[in-house]
Amino acid sequence: MGMTMSQKILAAHADLDSVKAGQLIEAKLDMVLGNDITSPVAINVFNDGGATQVFDNTKIAMVMDHFAPNKDIKAAEQCAQVRRFANKYDIKNYFDVGQMGIEHALLPEKGLVGPGSLCIGADSHTCTYGALGAFSTGVGSTDMAAGMISGKAWFKVPSAVKFVLTGKPAEYISGKDVILHIIGMIGVDGALYKSMEFSGDGLKYLNIDDRLCIANMAIEAGAKNGIFPVDDITREYTNGRFKGEAKEYYADDDAEYEAEYVIDLSKLRPTVAFPHLPENARTVDEIGKTEVKIDQAVIGSCTNGRITDLRAAAEIMKGRKVADGVRCIVIPATQSVYLQAMREGLLETFIEAGAIVSTPTCGPCLGGYMGILAKGERAVTTTNRNFVGRMGHVESEVYLASPAVAAASAVTGYITDPAAIEKD
Amino acid sequence: MKAQGTVHKYGDNVDTDVIIPARYLNTSSHSELASHCMEDIDIDFTKRVKEGDIMVAEKNFGCGSSREHAPIAIKASGISCVIASTFARIFYRNAINIGLPILECEAASKEIKSGDEVSVDFDTGIITDITTGKIYQAEPFPPFIQSIIADGGLINHVTKK
Repeated sequence: MGMTMSQKILAAHADLDSVKAGQLIEAKLDMVLGNDITSPVAINVFNDGGATQVFDNTKIAMVMDHFAPNKDIKAAEQCAQVRRFANKYDIKNYFDVGQMGIEHALLPEKGLVGPGSLCIGADSHTCTYGALGAFSTGVGSTDMAAGMISGKAWFKVPSAVKFVLTGKPAEYISGKDVILHIIGMIGVDGALYKSMEFSGDGLKYLNIDDRLCIANMAIEAGAKNGIFPVDDITREYTNGRFKGEAKEYYADDDAEYEAEYVIDLSKLRPTVAFPHLPENARTVDEIGKTEVKIDQAVIGSCTNGRITDLRAAAEIMKGRKVADGVRCIVIPATQSVYLQAMREGLLETFIEAGAIVSTPTCGPCLGGYMGILAKGERAVTTTNRNFVGRMGHVESEVYLASPAVAAASAVTGYITDPAAIEKD
Repeated sequence: MKAQGTVHKYGDNVDTDVIIPARYLNTSSHSELASHCMEDIDIDFTKRVKEGDIMVAEKNFGCGSSREHAPIAIKASGISCVIASTFARIFYRNAINIGLPILECEAASKEIKSGDEVSVDFDTGIITDITTGKIYQAEPFPPFIQSIIADGGLINHVTKK
């Protein structure tokens, strides 16, 4: 029986000719990631376990992004603990304020993950790198500690669900609309424990940022990983950037899938996930023009803080103003995205429109800081979760959407179809 | 190994943001995390919970973030075992890795009610609702995971080799 793309990467890293779904394996890791929230717990476990060395100081990445620049004294202490550990063990890929960006935008950009990589990260959105043809999955801090010590992790080989994407998406349809549509269709546990493998002739219309966004939210369907086959779009991004040895794996023709969905991208509409689960997806056509009044719009995060996301938002906001009573917060995901956005004049567009532009941070996405919601407030946001209390007060509401929808909504003050803005 | 206690019951998709809200992730202190456990969906949980109590929920328990702070907060609050229909995969790994016993059992997760007295035998996977007298059989762990638990968690398992 053939193997899926995910299974092939796992087999290669476990020195096995083949693996099958359900098999427990131990595999060698190419990258072990942690952030300022999860690394302190991992470091405590590492120290309590009596470890005195890391397996490879070039294959560990630590990114201070969640509550950094430090939001309070406790956050500062956590970053300080990670900084001391990184210095002590000479961790080469330690990223602090000035170099850091949101981890899942930063690692691909720095070439630390690429085609064929096997990566674990103590952050659930580590599944993002599947966009580059890597097997990449989120784990906890103890797994991170064990990975830092041994360079290995155990995996139960996942079965897979196949998503065949066909057709050309219409204007304003981005990767975010694709993944919100899929989660709406299969539910927040629709791919529980499984791989989501994407294929089809529609992939050629999805740029690398769209794919990173789609793979990023695989976890929101409960998936172990999301993965794209490597093609010219991937190679254009990773060639000359990826520091490892790129290896391309493709699913066998007779690979087994538990389910297969065909999605016609040309039929997708701008999609919004209503509180309090990402599966509560509705298209803009199902939302009344003044149905959802917003207090805040957030454009950023590991899901949608990349340059094409900012371009999409700026295109709509150019020459327009953020509606009265709306706070619009734009957060470029990395220093490099920030700089590029500055050079392209996007930051000027945002600031002239009345938005603010922040240094890279996860900040408000997880209710950390830089845009916390009060009781009863609503935000439309390009982030990835809309759970109860996710961005602040337990009685606040989060609506997930694409950068184009978030920007259009910031301008009107209500959740709005970007196409409606053009017609004005 | 056995556990017995009073049940705290929850529904589907209990996410890690409600188990331990991110605003408290500026600490890794187990007791501090425990003091905010479940507060966004069950404000009185920390007042009601007693050492040895059992948490029962329905499908996809622990979905969302990879924060190990979530099983840590539950364990440090005194909960001896979590029973659910299904667990989100990262929470499942984390619970095993830190030594919080969890069991998947759909019938038990649907029928057991808040306040029931329940006992769990981890060796056999048998769950007994003492209040109703009903007995349930949970899925046993595969041997590999049992070996991690027997070694006292993942780090002991890794460093033993």
